Amino acid sequence: MAMLEVSRLSKSFGELTVLKDINFTVDKGEVVAVIGPSGSGKSTLLRCVNQLERANGGRITVCGSDMMTTNEKGKAVFADTDTLRSIRLKTGLVFQNFNLFPHMTVLRNITEAPTVVLGMSKTDARAKALELLKKMGLEAKADSYPCELSGGQQQRVSIARALALDPEILFFDEPTSALDPELTGEILKVIKELANDGMTMVIVTHEMAFAHDVADRVVFMEDGYIVDEGTPDKLFGEEASERVKQFLSRFNNFGA
Amino acid sequence: MTNEQIGTLFQLMLQYAVPTMKIFALTLLWSIPLGMIVALLKMCRFKPISWITNIYILIMRGTPLLLQLIVAQYSVPYIIRSDICPEFIRSALGGIDIRSEAYTFNMMLIAFVLNYAAYFAEIFRGGIESIPKGQYEAAGALGFTRSQTFFRVILPQVVKRVVPASSNEIITLVKDTSLASAIPYMEIMYIAKKQVPTYASLLPLFMAGAFYFAFAMVLTVLFSFIEKKLDYYR
Ligand SMILES: Nc1ncnc2c1ncn2[C@@H]1O[C@H](COP(=O)(O)OP(=O)(O)O)[C@@H](O)[C@H]1O
Ligand SMILES: [Mg+2]
Repeated sequence: MAMLEVSRLSKSFGELTVLKDINFTVDKGEVVAVIGPSGSGKSTLLRCVNQLERANGGRITVCGSDMMTTNEKGKAVFADTDTLRSIRLKTGLVFQNFNLFPHMTVLRNITEAPTVVLGMSKTDARAKALELLKKMGLEAKADSYPCELSGGQQQRVSIARALALDPEILFFDEPTSALDPELTGEILKVIKELANDGMTMVIVTHEMAFAHDVADRVVFMEDGYIVDEGTPDKLFGEEASERVKQFLSRFNNFGA
Repeated sequence: MTNEQIGTLFQLMLQYAVPTMKIFALTLLWSIPLGMIVALLKMCRFKPISWITNIYILIMRGTPLLLQLIVAQYSVPYIIRSDICPEFIRSALGGIDIRSEAYTFNMMLIAFVLNYAAYFAEIFRGGIESIPKGQYEAAGALGFTRSQTFFRVILPQVVKRVVPASSNEIITLVKDTSLASAIPYMEIMYIAKKQVPTYASLLPLFMAGAFYFAFAMVLTVLFSFIEKKLDYYR
């Protein structure tokens, strides 16, 4: 079953067309890695699907409900506010810079959305948050503030925060790019565990070895298009297009 | 001066410290919320509203508060007398007794509030704009509505960021209340000046000075306490 269907998606910022004709499907339980040079539109794709940007054309369907479609005149038509809200709760987004709420404790960062947005009781939200923190190996940090944590710990909290709303599909935008190299491993391990639990995920990453290891499918984006896609073995192997090989050659030193 | 005279003078000064504190408290009570509204209006995406708000802020910050206080006192009689004043405004304002104490006080308060709201607005706007975009995006991605985002995520962080600049403004207000003496409104500065020839002494002025100083010191200590309290996160 398709959790996310994106077809003919286009997005411009003024004169600059960033997404040109994106066609992209993610099935339940699938882990998709999105790779590609910087500026190719990977973040913009994630932002359109997570309603942080409004696309200009095409169609986005999340768990069977249309978030946006395009009418006969080629104009983007968005779903009504309630539908957009319910879709928003099905998608979770983990940012490169964590974007934790600095004035809230770790625990409160995680309980805030379930209590405020879903109306969950404080007790239930707290129990759930503690369980998630345990999974992230951070029970001891529940009462700390984000500024007291390392980057890797902050990113784990932000993953727990996204998971607290039980999203159907979780997006990661370069979750390890802001971290010191020695801290990336702890995040990749957490994502891998989520993959083993059957979480549907789309991960924009420059960690090629990780993408190879964890993804069911790899998508290569360049200049607003999906240029190539396939299994990791295909994309990281001999069958890949020349352009992908050329891009990956820059990463060879890192063992991909 | 005899001790008895000093005692009487001291009591008189204390008595007139009350109206000073009244101006101070009421100005803050109205200008802080109004400043918040003005800050939001200035950030309004509908440009004409933003421009008009900006003109108001520029005038309030670019002309002397003393002038604004005096204009406010003269405003009603001159508006009524002006040829271009529409009849309904004239009849609405006609009922105001411009010789009453309430008129003097209220027009003075309006001038203080409008002036301080402009300063607070700029402080609050700076605070709101200093919050990283990622905070709005994280809140949005978690499903917060715009008002939930503002009140739960943005505003608490803005409060921490605006405390130092606001406390400067508030301490300035303590001293600016003395401008009311020029209206004239009978507060501590007015009475101090008036007592100088009576007692042939500078003591009334020193007493007023000591009062302002003590008031400002109390606030300084209070605000450094609040800043420390808010220091639990970076
Ligand atoms: N809000 C924006 N306004 C204007 N241009 C933008 C905006 N966001 C992204 N862009 C531009 O869109 C292009 C793609 O950006 P992005 O999606 O961040 O790429 P990637 O994540 O693949 O590095 C870049 O050229 C970037 O400058
Ligand atoms: Mg990016």
